Amino acid sequence: MNSSFAIAVRKDPQGRFAVVITDGYINNLGGEKIGEAAHRLIAEGYTRIIINLEKSTVINSIGISVLIEIIEKMEETHGRLAFCHLTRTIQKTFTMMGLVQYASVFETENDAVLGVLADA
Amino acid sequence: MYHAEEPREVSLTIPIVPNMEMAATHTAEAVLRLMRFSSDQIDEVKHALIEACINAFEHSESREGNVYIKFFIDREQLTLTIQDFGAGFETDCVPRPSLVRKLAGSEPKRGWGLVMMESLMDDVHIDSGPQGTRIVMIKKRLEETAE
Repeated sequence: MNSSFAIAVRKDPQGRFAVVITDGYINNLGGEKIGEAAHRLIAEGYTRIIINLEKSTVINSIGISVLIEIIEKMEETHGRLAFCHLTRTIQKTFTMMGLVQYASVFETENDAVLGVLADA
Repeated sequence: MYHAEEPREVSLTIPIVPNMEMAATHTAEAVLRLMRFSSDQIDEVKHALIEACINAFEHSESREGNVYIKFFIDREQLTLTIQDFGAGFETDCVPRPSLVRKLAGSEPKRGWGLVMMESLMDDVHIDSGPQGTRIVMIKKRLEETAE
């Protein structure tokens, strides 16, 4: 069963934010890759991280548990986490779990960038 | 196009192998498109089915090694059953997850599977015992959103 997962990271040249772009099914392995990328960015000093899920339309509860770990880390560092391009099902799930109280949700990556920079 | 007068059934057996839950979602999508469910409803069923499958993969401890999925097609709704022949669990002992407690470190980050199924489906019923676990989930077709 093909469940390939890829990740890309785009950093703001001025160091104000970073975007983690996912591609594929976010299961335990996909979640771990997102977690590793986010933790590296936090270690580098980024306090504003955007996770772009445009190419990840399926996520399972194990993958979401990794996102919760990232939220926990961002809370510790007083950072700001945002998601963009969520499907309606993923947004409904995040809302049900309460994630949207700790992370912002935006329709597009551009909106997310403007949102995380709004309080810069 | 779906015009059946009588309920129909689709059966699928998947081995307990990582990511095999995605095979189940492909079948679910084909069945739900046949039934003219909306894209959003199809997406919800796929996510609930994934949770039911990985629950069996991770917790059943099944020696027999398979998960048995059935799709019962009716005019107004889809009924799914997800069955394993593993160790079973006490359904009353599954704690309700809390994000606040998880972020406070007082409960594990995981444990969302059952509430995800409940939030995405119209009805979820779990029978579990020493002979295994059977999850029955229902999704009603929304006429006004059918595509």
